[in-house]
Amino acid sequence: MIEFQMPSLGADMEDGTLVAWKKKPGDFVSRGDIIAEVETQKGLIEIEVFDQGILGELLIKEGTKVAVGTVMALIREKSEIDVEKEVIELQPIEEKVAFEISPKITEERKQKITPLARRIAVENNIDFSKIIGTGEDGAITKEDIEKAQTLKYQHFKIGNGEEKFAKKEILIKKEIIESATESIRMAVAAAMSKSNKEIPHYYIEKKIDMSKALKWLQEANKNRTVKERLLPASLLIKATALALVEFPDLNATWNNGLQLKKEINIGFVVSLRTGGIIVPAIHQANTKTIDEIMAALNDIIPRARALKLRSSELSDSTITITNIGEGGAETVFGVIYPPQVAIIGFGSSIELPFAENGMLGIRTVIKVTLAGDHRATDGLIGSRFLSSINKYLLNPELL
Amino acid sequence: MKEDELKKTIYQMLKEIAPDTEPLNLKDEENIQETLYIDSYDALQFIVALDERLGVEIPEQDYGKVKSIKDLISYLKTKIKIT
Amino acid sequence: MIDNPKVNISYREAIKQGIREALQKDEHIFLMGEDVGRYGGAFAVSKGLLAEFGEERIIDVPLSESGFVGAGIGAAIAGMKPIIEVMTVNFSLLALDQIVNNAATLLHMSGGQCNVPVVIRMCSGIGRQLAAQHSHSWESFYAHIPGLIVLSVGTHEDARGMLLSALKSPDPVILFEYTAMLNLEKEFVFDSSIINIKKAKILRTGKDISIITYGSSVYKCLDAAIELSKIGIEAEVIDLRVLRPLDEETFLASVAKTHRVLIVEEAWKSVSISAEISARIMEKGFYDLDAPVHRLCGIEVPIPYPAHLEDAAIPQISDIIKTVKKLIHHD
Repeated sequence: MIEFQMPSLGADMEDGTLVAWKKKPGDFVSRGDIIAEVETQKGLIEIEVFDQGILGELLIKEGTKVAVGTVMALIREKSEIDVEKEVIELQPIEEKVAFEISPKITEERKQKITPLARRIAVENNIDFSKIIGTGEDGAITKEDIEKAQTLKYQHFKIGNGEEKFAKKEILIKKEIIESATESIRMAVAAAMSKSNKEIPHYYIEKKIDMSKALKWLQEANKNRTVKERLLPASLLIKATALALVEFPDLNATWNNGLQLKKEINIGFVVSLRTGGIIVPAIHQANTKTIDEIMAALNDIIPRARALKLRSSELSDSTITITNIGEGGAETVFGVIYPPQVAIIGFGSSIELPFAENGMLGIRTVIKVTLAGDHRATDGLIGSRFLSSINKYLLNPELL
Repeated sequence: MKEDELKKTIYQMLKEIAPDTEPLNLKDEENIQETLYIDSYDALQFIVALDERLGVEIPEQDYGKVKSIKDLISYLKTKIKIT
Repeated sequence: MIDNPKVNISYREAIKQGIREALQKDEHIFLMGEDVGRYGGAFAVSKGLLAEFGEERIIDVPLSESGFVGAGIGAAIAGMKPIIEVMTVNFSLLALDQIVNNAATLLHMSGGQCNVPVVIRMCSGIGRQLAAQHSHSWESFYAHIPGLIVLSVGTHEDARGMLLSALKSPDPVILFEYTAMLNLEKEFVFDSSIINIKKAKILRTGKDISIITYGSSVYKCLDAAIELSKIGIEAEVIDLRVLRPLDEETFLASVAKTHRVLIVEEAWKSVSISAEISARIMEKGFYDLDAPVHRLCGIEVPIPYPAHLEDAAIPQISDIIKTVKKLIHHD
């Protein structure tokens, strides 16, 4: 159906008065026919129709003033008329439902891939959604595809009971884990050698009475589901982060001079079951709540073990914590990761006799150590720093 | 659930957490965490798995009661029906 | 001058020999420019030519770029083949209307009747502390204009032979020479049969990355490639030579082989030759890329006067090496 509208007959014309229709409903009109007379400021004007068809309903009465653009009449196009005729004979035509084609959300989500790598993957029917990218911005490159093509592997998920039995699912070829472990080992070796060679380490230790902190933790966990349960590590991380706010010289890098870091990103040493360590960062640990830190651990540790960390997580640490955890050595002295200037070590928790107010008792204690770069700080700062960590762990409400 | 099935499930879960070990070789009285070198994080995942798969929520104060396979099964018997 | 098997001469001398050969071969060819005659050339390029060829073939012009470039264009329309020397590209801005609206456009506007066979030679780029107004790189301005052929003389071979090929063109040619290279001496073989002005040239083959460049950056890229080779990175170095029309075929084939590109130029990055090449690679070589196209260009500042800042303002060999290493090792 074509709408015949009041035309604009001049730039400043706003409306016109329909004086007379020149055609009636049912008339066949062609392009150029005069359909009506309209009175405007410029006088009486004959208006033409620009379409062809059968004139339908006249919507405006003669003598009415209408604005430019108002629909005055309807014209049924010839094609419409023909179609209508046919429709009567045929069965009702199914209406085509217009469906929205939602943009195909690629499986890769955040995973970038170079045009070349994508082309190769598509040509060879390779599913690249699980391949780790080593290109710019973490993009999968041709090399990554080639590596994955020869060694098919799937990373394993830890702890989620819904995953199928591990024995069947782990298609990890021994070689790839071994080679990844080997390169991690070499990287760690290089860093540790450099550290030992270049950084003048000093070491100090402090015993921290964890009774209050662990009690607080127990109470807190009573109010949390199993999945939300907090580990002591989260307290240690937060305490360290807050202590660093007071001692910013330890949250820095050394490059011919001390460069203080604005963010406190705590690198947390995660040991890989197959040997070697990997140190992902928990960003801005001082601003996170204990729950947020625990959530970060829950997110990072499985990915660290699966070697699926983002580059920012591996390169942004401003300081490192190594935590022995249960049943291990009582004290751990770390080796500083250059260009950081300190590393904090938490030993496993032990039961020790503790003297307080002349009374002997047994307390759960963790020995915390600091290995510091003597170019950046000295024992006095280090010692005060450890006391600060102690203070926070003695007062867990502050965390 | 049968005790055999339960044991199998436990071994499965431990294998997922420590794939490089053989939980089947664990003696019933051995300390699971120490023998399989499971750290505190993975131990928590094991507790989470027990909760999700068996529906048993083990509170922190009971951690000491589930250190070996034998202890764990005894504990679970008090929480779910085991034949 | 007969083709020598091997010569060891400066870039300046190579250009001069090219001009001389042209003047000897065709009496329609003549050289015109400021100080080209009595002074022997502002950069000593045409020293001795006035004595050899006389006042009618070596013409000193007044200090008016718009005037003499226009006159040269007029001479070309009338049947001569002038080599118009604009002392440096910086002054060519004063003749831009002549070059764009007359030289480049008359063939079109005359319905094909009016060819303008001029060759306009200009010294381009950084000299030695000539400061902001006299250190420009305007290749992208000229390469933007339909109707012009734009050439860039980045090597001694091209300094010797590009002019002769350019003079064969019935249409205007802009020939960029480089102030910084004038004194550079090099041993090379000149063979006029291979000096074309349509193709880019692969000066060094490699499989790891395509370094596309022109002008005063060519030798820097070649030197960088040698250093990179020592650490196991084989770079393919392409001298564009022709900035308009670009020889896409050559550089696209290279990208298809190496999958990585670094474009190096002295000119500023924005709206530059490198931007055009990036676009073409994206359009036609997208599926060959294993990394985004990178560009190493002049820093976007007016060229500084102090030497250390001037050096820092354009890509140097160490910058090229550093950038390639970063690209390949994803650091």
